[in-house]
Amino acid sequence: MPTASGTTPELNFRTPDEQFTGQAPFESWGRYPNYDANVVPLHWQSDYPAVSSGMHNGVLPVGMGRSYGDVCLLSGGNLLVTTGMNRLIAFDPETGLLTAEAGITLAQILDFAVPRGFFLPVTPGTKYVTLGGAIANDIHGKNHHVAGTFGCHVTQFELVRSDGSRKLCSRTENPDFFAATIGGLGLTGVITWAQLRLKPIVSRLIDYEGIQFHGIDEFLDLTRQSQDIEYTVSWIDCASTGKNFARGVFMQGDHSKKRDTLKPSPEPKLVFPFDAPGFALNHLSVSLFNTAFFHKQIHQRVVAEQDYEPFFYPLDKVLHWNRMYGKRGLLQFQYVIPWEHAREGTITILKEVAKSGLASFLAVLKAFGDVPSPGMMSFPKPGITLALDFPIKPDKSFPLFERLADMTSEFGGRLYPAKDAAMTAAQFQAFYPQWQQFARYRDPQLTSSFWERVTGDKPGL
Amino acid sequence: MNQMDTTPRKILVLGATSGIAEATCRIWASQGARLFLVARNAEKLAAVATDLRTRGASYVDTAVADLDNTEQHPALLAHAVNSLTGLDVAYLTYGILGDQAKAEQDFNTAAQIIYTNYMAPVSLLTWLANFCVQRHGGTLAVISSVAGDRGRKSNYLYGSSKAGLSAFLGGLRNRVDREGVTVLSIKPGPVKTAMTAGMKGSEKFADADKVAQSIVKAIDKQQDVLYVPFQWQPIMFIIRNIPERIFKKLNL
Ligand SMILES: Cc1cc2nc3c(=O)[nH]c(=O)nc-3n(C[C@H](O)[C@H](O)[C@H](O)COP(=O)(O)OP(=O)(O)OC[C@H]3O[C@@H](n4cnc5c(N)ncnc54)[C@H](O)[C@@H]3O)c2cc1C
Repeated sequence: MPTASGTTPELNFRTPDEQFTGQAPFESWGRYPNYDANVVPLHWQSDYPAVSSGMHNGVLPVGMGRSYGDVCLLSGGNLLVTTGMNRLIAFDPETGLLTAEAGITLAQILDFAVPRGFFLPVTPGTKYVTLGGAIANDIHGKNHHVAGTFGCHVTQFELVRSDGSRKLCSRTENPDFFAATIGGLGLTGVITWAQLRLKPIVSRLIDYEGIQFHGIDEFLDLTRQSQDIEYTVSWIDCASTGKNFARGVFMQGDHSKKRDTLKPSPEPKLVFPFDAPGFALNHLSVSLFNTAFFHKQIHQRVVAEQDYEPFFYPLDKVLHWNRMYGKRGLLQFQYVIPWEHAREGTITILKEVAKSGLASFLAVLKAFGDVPSPGMMSFPKPGITLALDFPIKPDKSFPLFERLADMTSEFGGRLYPAKDAAMTAAQFQAFYPQWQQFARYRDPQLTSSFWERVTGDKPGL
Repeated sequence: MNQMDTTPRKILVLGATSGIAEATCRIWASQGARLFLVARNAEKLAAVATDLRTRGASYVDTAVADLDNTEQHPALLAHAVNSLTGLDVAYLTYGILGDQAKAEQDFNTAAQIIYTNYMAPVSLLTWLANFCVQRHGGTLAVISSVAGDRGRKSNYLYGSSKAGLSAFLGGLRNRVDREGVTVLSIKPGPVKTAMTAGMKGSEKFADADKVAQSIVKAIDKQQDVLYVPFQWQPIMFIIRNIPERIFKKLNL
């Protein structure tokens, strides 16, 4: 009997019932912009570049699509979805070194590591991102002031280029590609696997403290006082003006030292079931939400012991909460402004947001520390970062974004590509003057809608 | 399975690089099982084996084999059983969808689908069933398909090969039940694997990890037939009972 016909690529050797057929549109987390692309799953480290031979209009590796804007989109091109490449390769319980394929999610890493007494060295506000995506955006967490970015904890990875070459990258081997790929927006090649140093924990619990503050100066005081606390982040009310202007809740925490159980307690997941109508999100509902959030914490100070899940991933319990923003989607606006202008810049921008009357449910304020990232194009630098969520209102949002981006620029700051779909090419090139040096490491086959937009590679998008 | 028994289970997986097989093996690995994995592609098989070792499987051995080669089956299976030092579960997960359009025109294509999905499993299961009967124990867990419950124009070659397999499993169950051997027919509907994450509409597919959990549970409970997700049981009941006069006019 002949073996399976030569025309069926090895890639399709999945059981037929799990075959997903058809070319689905791929959405980024913000659901804006919205482009069609040819979606191709990668399951094995050997899949790329073989699967992409003969693909026109460019190729982009993507993970969970948890970027808000267009760094994980390629209009009319080919998206290589890496989440099928999610195997573990090695784990050393002495050193905490974990080697895994790049499509593994941080959630899958936690499921494996936490019961063994290890935790992610850096984690974003959702655990549904991939290892490769975390490296490509060089993500930061609530511990940036002590731990730096995700890339600081990556020891090595493999980069596969479209010419078929495989590069082992570390601080000593191919160090230039190591630097270009951390924060390299998926453009330098496909990361097939990476090694990461996990950190030991003895408990799932976090010793948490929440403190109300009134105004940026109180926020800065709290930041100074909490330098030795591992995790700090603030929620800030950006709808209020007058005496409530820039009020917020400062949240800090450390891993509990209590030798507690490391076993998970399963909780049912909620799924946001429908697209909310546009009218649900107006200035009034946001003001009410923010006021409620501020007063949810009735006392000036709250001390608690909390599982790491709600502490790090309060929104993950509601899968697809982005649908709350309706079909038009949402966009984040995240800047970092260096210390010398951080206070003034933040106040100015918060005033502009309050004045605009545009709603932001989630405004997150945090101080970045000075641990340098190994990445050439990394976003964080010492100073204050503010992230604002806006539902998209075409005629109003973009003029506001442009004003905010200009202000960011005046204060010497820059924007985070992972959250962006609005900055202009001129703004990007001013924020990241090293972009041309970086472009030399780009793989000729790889590009993104973001990259085309901010470099003008393909005008008229 | 005896809950109190702490000796690691001995599990043979045929088609170990399929998505559902991998998801299922991860559960067994975290329970410390002994695994013997068979697949066609050496590189992929090695990646899966490494993953399962890292996750805590107490023993992982592998063999690269094209399971269409039925002559090799007895030697391969004997080797696997020796390597595992016994057999608690044989899990048969492989199959091909094949090219329906081509198979409609070309018998060789049709024969290939039937061979891989029906003939070769019959060869494997004959050996495995006789082995288990001799030992008066063991579970044969086999992935068939809801597509085998009724032929449809869009994939009746695949469907008929799975229908044959389902009927074979039913008969085998009837034969070996009194010998203390369990046969589990698994009938999955469309399953979302990791690859569909982020795709519009993919929430509607069953999650491979959930499917795997159901399979592990069904094996533990010595169940006979598993529709997974369970909604497929009533759906297929309805589809099986649509009168042929109407069914033949439907676009399915
Ligand atoms: C609720 C929420 C909270 C968040 N909180 C934070 C936060 O606190 N801090 C923070 O920094 N970010 C945060 N983010 C953003 C998120 O962490 C990043 O966008 C992350 O990179 C997304 O990972 P992903 O796997 O979804 O990658 P995608 O969004 O799919 O892709 C991101 C980039 O990675 C590239 N890429 C993916 N896989 C590979 C690979 N294998 N090889 C090469 N390139 C690859 C893509 O090309 C793309 O450029 C948050 C996002 C959400 C939705």
